[in-house]
Amino acid sequence: MYPPELKYTKEHEWIRVLENRAEIGITDYAQTQLGDVVYLDLPESGLSFSQGEQFGSVESVKAVSDLYLPVSGKVLEVNVAAVSSPELINEDPHATWLVAVEILQPRELEALLDSKDYESLTK
Amino acid sequence: MDSKIATPRKTPLNARHRVLGARMMSFGGWDMPVEYSGIRDEHFAVRTSAGIFDVSHMGEIEIAGSDALRAIQTLTSNDASRLSVGKAQYSVLTTAGGTVVDDLLVYRLAEEHFMFVVNAANVSKDYKLIVENVKTYSDAVAVNVSNRYALLALQGPKATKILQTLTNLSLDSIEYYRFETGEIAGVRCTVSRTGYTGEDGFELFASPQTVDALWLAITEAGRETGLRPVGLGARDTLRLEAGMRLCGQDMDENTSLLEAGLEWIIDWDKGNFIGREALVAEKERGPSRQLVGFEMLERGIARSGHDVYADSDCVGRVTSGTLTPFLGKAVGMAFLPTGLSTYGTEFTVDVRGRRLRAKVVKMPFYKRTRS
Repeated sequence: MYPPELKYTKEHEWIRVLENRAEIGITDYAQTQLGDVVYLDLPESGLSFSQGEQFGSVESVKAVSDLYLPVSGKVLEVNVAAVSSPELINEDPHATWLVAVEILQPRELEALLDSKDYESLTK
Repeated sequence: MDSKIATPRKTPLNARHRVLGARMMSFGGWDMPVEYSGIRDEHFAVRTSAGIFDVSHMGEIEIAGSDALRAIQTLTSNDASRLSVGKAQYSVLTTAGGTVVDDLLVYRLAEEHFMFVVNAANVSKDYKLIVENVKTYSDAVAVNVSNRYALLALQGPKATKILQTLTNLSLDSIEYYRFETGEIAGVRCTVSRTGYTGEDGFELFASPQTVDALWLAITEAGRETGLRPVGLGARDTLRLEAGMRLCGQDMDENTSLLEAGLEWIIDWDKGNFIGREALVAEKERGPSRQLVGFEMLERGIARSGHDVYADSDCVGRVTSGTLTPFLGKAVGMAFLPTGLSTYGTEFTVDVRGRRLRAKVVKMPFYKRTRS
């Protein structure tokens, strides 16, 4: 259910580390809790955030939830497709990234959860 | 015992909601379903087909006796004498200051027998107020009969068609805001052509013992039509899209009927009622603020409690706000100073630290096309 190639946080974000960047999204558990996502508030490219810092918010019909960066990073790109069609987050949460960042402190990745640990957290 | 930590009460359909996989929450002291298949899906079902709601948490208070009508005329703002037997009316229980204790439907069950349907969270407050008033009359009595009724709502353009397969009542002949008594799927009900969604539909009063059979019969009859069970989440987005106020949120004991835009249910000529004097005075000087509908002009969703600004001054507050699933627009209701309440007036809303532009628009945001 939770892709093993991703790392997870207790705040229900995931991070996919690629060659020259990392993509960040919210987990299936998070989207289920939120319900229909209708709005994304995401930062401009070029802004930097430290690990655990709020970088945006995701809003469903019934609630608003803050987004926290899993590792310190500089925003390279915002997923325009997700901003214009937030329902993609409900349809395919682990494929719908929100922001892509340059990782500033790679060692911070070590403390993140793997898919098994994250899955047990959600039970 | 601390009532604040009391276990939420359960409607007779609680187990049914759990079997259907509903997400539950505590609302007005009741353990209620928020959503089943999702707010958006449920909202669309009601706009395009039909939805069934368990609203058994609503309260019912009956008032009977030869003085019942007089008592009701004193307690409520609308003119209950215009109700013939078999008719219902939207009205408000008022304070001496002309503000809103609760909004309700008044049903005339018989010549000297009425029923109030009130909001769940206000049942005991309303009942106390009603009893205090009723006991000043020689022949009137009020009884809280909330436990005797379960209440279902079947709403949507296909509601009549679905329900007609289960009853000998001629549903088409029950006009809007009228009710009849009869059997639906063999279950004795009061069938009222009312609702809180902006769609055609019915509210069904049945006994707690028989309501599960009624729910099952209706969901089975509506299966091929796309009927969905609908929770409180979509009930809120539906009523807001239809421009209907939520008591306790869009109006309360700190807001007058005039401020809340409810002059249409004030009967100035019926004689005295609680709060009439204050409302007459307010009408003469003009209310200082108004509940208005608004639409966001920038991307973002205003929510209940957000502050409203004109230039750099905080001038009001959002009472309800959402992104309406059917219209796909961020809309809401807010209190604005009367001078800023005309259609087209622009203002800003502080949405979590961002000042976003909005403008006053006419309600309802959504109006069904009548067939």
